[in-house]
Amino acid sequence: MSARRKVQGNIPVPPGDSARSRHYRRLFTLSPSTIVGALIVTVVVLTAIISIWWTPYGPLTINTSAEFLRPSLAHPLGTDEYGRDVLSRLMKGTQITLLSSLGAVAIALVVGVPAGLVAAFKRGVVGEIIMRGADLLYSFPALLAAITLVAAIGASTFTATLAIGIASIPAFARVTRSTALSVLSSEYVLAARAYGRSNLQIARRHVLPNILPILVAQIALLLSVTILAVAALSYLGLGTPPPAPTWGGMLETAQNYLYQDPLLALWPGLAIAITVFGLNTLGDGVRDLLDPTLKGRR
Amino acid sequence: MQVADLGPTIIARRRSITYQHELRRFLIRRVTTLVVTLFLASLTVFWVLNILPGKPAQVILGTQATPSAVAALTAKLGLDRPLVDQYLHWIHGLITLHLGNSYISGQPIAPVIGSALEVTGPLVVGGLLVGVAIAAPLGIASALRHTRRSGVILSGIAQIGIAIPNFVLGILLIIIFAVDLKALPASGFITWSTSITGALRSLVLPAVSLGLVEGAILARYVRASIIEVLHADFLRTARAKGLRPNQALLRHGLRNASIPVLTVLGLELSGLIIGAVVIEAVFTLPGLGSLLLSSVENRDLITVQDIVMLVATAVLLVNTAVDILYRVIDPRMGLRS
Repeated sequence: MSARRKVQGNIPVPPGDSARSRHYRRLFTLSPSTIVGALIVTVVVLTAIISIWWTPYGPLTINTSAEFLRPSLAHPLGTDEYGRDVLSRLMKGTQITLLSSLGAVAIALVVGVPAGLVAAFKRGVVGEIIMRGADLLYSFPALLAAITLVAAIGASTFTATLAIGIASIPAFARVTRSTALSVLSSEYVLAARAYGRSNLQIARRHVLPNILPILVAQIALLLSVTILAVAALSYLGLGTPPPAPTWGGMLETAQNYLYQDPLLALWPGLAIAITVFGLNTLGDGVRDLLDPTLKGRR
Repeated sequence: MQVADLGPTIIARRRSITYQHELRRFLIRRVTTLVVTLFLASLTVFWVLNILPGKPAQVILGTQATPSAVAALTAKLGLDRPLVDQYLHWIHGLITLHLGNSYISGQPIAPVIGSALEVTGPLVVGGLLVGVAIAAPLGIASALRHTRRSGVILSGIAQIGIAIPNFVLGILLIIIFAVDLKALPASGFITWSTSITGALRSLVLPAVSLGLVEGAILARYVRASIIEVLHADFLRTARAKGLRPNQALLRHGLRNASIPVLTVLGLELSGLIIGAVVIEAVFTLPGLGSLLLSSVENRDLITVQDIVMLVATAVLLVNTAVDILYRVIDPRMGLRS
């Protein structure tokens, strides 16, 4: 603020300081950790997109004369036990891991949000059944569900995605229901009802716009959980089968060569940790923006 | 939210007859929910594992087997009976701890699971100890300094800890302590009967990798819950009557702060049980997780079914116990659902 700011009477009025502008300033004043999180997530997503068309080398190209190369200009992260370029495999692995995690979150979103909405609108037997079902699913650990499903229909990207997706449904169903309930008890919904709007119209015009920001935070946080689960499953050999490069799978094979080349295990491990860190800080940041009272409380 | 010191409230509440009555009804309802959930979980597990296209007998005998041999084995395994029969037989076995025989080895499953538990049990307990040992000091320290830069750094450390999955941490620890320092074994398990110190040594790295991450998650809850208590009126009262900050926190703060942490601890415990499955694979420990994975690989479905149900039961039991404990300790929660 300049020192020449106009003073009206005794009360200094900062230019443009209305409730609305304060609201927007708060929305766009991101904490440094949120910015870091957003940057990391952007880089990860860009890497995944770029790897669709371009990686420095073919992620599956074997070169028997270039095994276990240390990082160099030609191979920034070195090469693995078959002489395959680690950076290329990591990039392709980003794509596979991200697609699988996004798929799982999509399954959870598509089933969970409508289920939560129905549970909020129909609070009788129907809502009770839905929420008990969510509780049952929630009490069954995702990894265990995935292992059971793999035992039944075999390991594949699809199985892993489906299992993690199903196990994540309660996360969306619960947050949707609780937020929807608070919106439904508001006076403008009462007004809308008085006006004769149907449940579907109320859901579309009043409930969904209100829960959208919370869903965004939930998506970021759930993505970090599903990425961990996808990586763990591929590490256990229950996810995308080799030779397709996955972070977990790369880690698993690298573990056989820890004495020769410990760096091989470091890269996929770092990729997982950095991505999860980015998603967590981004998700927390978005949630803090939506509900400043939560800040620093968790 | 207004936070009150619970000590006096709890004692007054416990004495009331209404409370006793409510408590009994609450316990009955909670246990019923547990039984129903277990029943539905068992139905789901059984259904998922028995709709698969591959016939177990065919898988065991291989593609070369004659149809009559496959039929004979199917009959021997009891897989030609109606599914309802098979389900009831399985459940009866689970309740009476007769878990049946492995499809692959033909050996009884119960003793195999028993010896696997000798590894997984201590691993989970060790992980819990490591987790609490990290979470309590880290959480308390970062809460007491939450307005200062050092506190922000401490909670940043916890945030990084959460992002490292346990299997990645396990491999890092192997690189440092087994490959570089050669201080601890990188994999395998020395049985308790061979050498107790040997068994403990082979569990150190797995327990640390399991507990560190859970400890970081727990630390965040410890921090949040202590910050909440620090701002509570009763703590100011305690200070006003002459207690020093640390005394006040020790006498009134920690007990109240521990209530929300307890719930998370329960969730952490089920997280540890599941995490053990992965950690056993990292360190090739012959525990329940390794048994589960090798059974999946060999398509020894009856063993898979037993272990999945066992782990799910353990998780559900822990969650129920924590929920009951939580509501009994904290009267504010109320006993109605």
